[in-house]
Amino acid sequence: MGIQVTVTYPMHVDWFPLWLSLEVATAATLISVALGLWLAWLLANREFPGKDLVDAIATLPLALPPTVLGYYLLVVIGRSSWIGRLWESVTGSPLVFTWRAAVIASTLHAIPLLIKSSRAALESVDVACERAARSLGASEWRLFWRVSLPLARRPIAAAAVLAFARSLGDFGATLMIAGDIPGRTQTAAIAIYDAVESGNTLTARVLVLVISVFTAAVVLLANRLEKRRVSH
Amino acid sequence: MLRARITKRFPDAADSAGFTLNIEFEATPGVTVLYGPSGSGKTLTLDVIAGFVAPDSGRILLNDRILFDSGAKVHLPPRDRQSGYVFQNYALFPHMTVRANLAFAAHRLPRLERHRRIAELLDRFRIPDLAGRFPHELSGGQKQRASIARSLIANPGVLLLDEPANGLDAPLRADLHTLIGEIRESLAIPVLMVTHNPEECFSLADQVLIYEAGNILHRASPSELLRNPGTVGVARLLGGFNVYEAEAIALDPGRQTSRLRVLGTEIDGPNLRGCFRGDRVAVCARPEELRITTRPGSNRIRADLQRVTERLQAVRADFGDELIVDTSRAEWPALREAGESDGWWIEVPAGSLRQIARTPGSSE
Repeated sequence: MGIQVTVTYPMHVDWFPLWLSLEVATAATLISVALGLWLAWLLANREFPGKDLVDAIATLPLALPPTVLGYYLLVVIGRSSWIGRLWESVTGSPLVFTWRAAVIASTLHAIPLLIKSSRAALESVDVACERAARSLGASEWRLFWRVSLPLARRPIAAAAVLAFARSLGDFGATLMIAGDIPGRTQTAAIAIYDAVESGNTLTARVLVLVISVFTAAVVLLANRLEKRRVSH
Repeated sequence: MLRARITKRFPDAADSAGFTLNIEFEATPGVTVLYGPSGSGKTLTLDVIAGFVAPDSGRILLNDRILFDSGAKVHLPPRDRQSGYVFQNYALFPHMTVRANLAFAAHRLPRLERHRRIAELLDRFRIPDLAGRFPHELSGGQKQRASIARSLIANPGVLLLDEPANGLDAPLRADLHTLIGEIRESLAIPVLMVTHNPEECFSLADQVLIYEAGNILHRASPSELLRNPGTVGVARLLGGFNVYEAEAIALDPGRQTSRLRVLGTEIDGPNLRGCFRGDRVAVCARPEELRITTRPGSNRIRADLQRVTERLQAVRADFGDELIVDTSRAEWPALREAGESDGWWIEVPAGSLRQIARTPGSSE
């Protein structure tokens, strides 16, 4: 009897999607922080033509439906696009429907948050401190690493933590561009959907529980970072 | 030596009227005070010299080095200007200790010299015990010392102080004045100091630039300013001058005297330049140069006491019509008793009156 049950509802849970999700989210967060900080710094400190446009485009992924985002990604890095062809000619395999594509989708999903928060954080640094650093002989590079970034570190760290949570949960764009290939591109969010669809309640519940606890912890951490900043 | 000729226009904006800074001055080693009302362009001048704001046109030279030249399209970034800037809020880096703040400024010095230089400045500004503290653990006066020390680490060619006494109480302000005096003695660099406190202006300055609405109205030493503010506008900005309109009744250039009608009374006055009988000119006198009496006499103007204010050094009696007189605390009680029964006559010595110009654009 017991054997019959295990056949209908397998008792083992596949942990691969969870690990993949964590790896993808970590990579996406690192890329978002590097790229997002640079863009945030540009937006906060420099005047250049098309600045408003860059700002708007940087915000767009927050507002667009994830599937629309995924579609654009397909157009830009798909096998027939020049980026896709270039990638394929260099590496020998397509970019889409790999974990790398999932990282790109997650990065795009998470980066607006980082740009917005980091820009606000960098802009809130006391102008007099920045001016003081400059008149004391500091280059823009030194000013950024020694003064602006340390002073804005808490809100930026909080944004990075939230960006991690957000990339952990990306579904639509990842599905469009990386697909749902079990053992290769199936992230936790997609695995949950799959598990529910196929009636694999146990896997669905376990993944939901783990993701929920993990995300709650991450959000708590982000809130703590924010709070310490206020009292600092 | 600092030479600056600066024009900077800010067009009208939705929330503010336009403003134009148009100034030219030289500052030799010593303290140059930028004095004037808020919004007259004093801090903007410092910002332009430090390189934070680019002027529309002009030229700024520091020891024959060109910091800015609109003609030659030179605009050195702040980090290459060698200007020490002490900000109104001190702008110490809050995440660094005092020592780290100083070290940040010393990074361009040769490695071996850095420590020596930091130790030297901590000592000179009497803050070696505070080296390990963070800015939020310092008092206002200590922050200021640290901030000035930091600005001097890299041997700047000019020191810019933006209202350094702001927010300091009287003893700390006295400390600051001593400190600035020491800097003036020990470093042969121009020190530009923004203030709107006339006391500071007279006690610290070697040269005073009087600002109003983006222009320098007057440039003089403090003693020259006290002797003769030059224009009605300057006298008003400095405060502490009684300004009158005088009508020339008779002029005697030979004896360097005149007869003037001031506040309806005919009195003896000094010789007036470029003036004919019947002309009306502006004259001024300082409150401590007038004398309160209780009897009529020559050069005395009948007046009624309006208000008395106790001041630190003297009693200031206000008789309206800009007859403000400072008198010693010792004499005042007896004088007041006599005046209240017999009436007041204010003596305006002929020598106390100085002819000043009515300048266009002044507050007159």
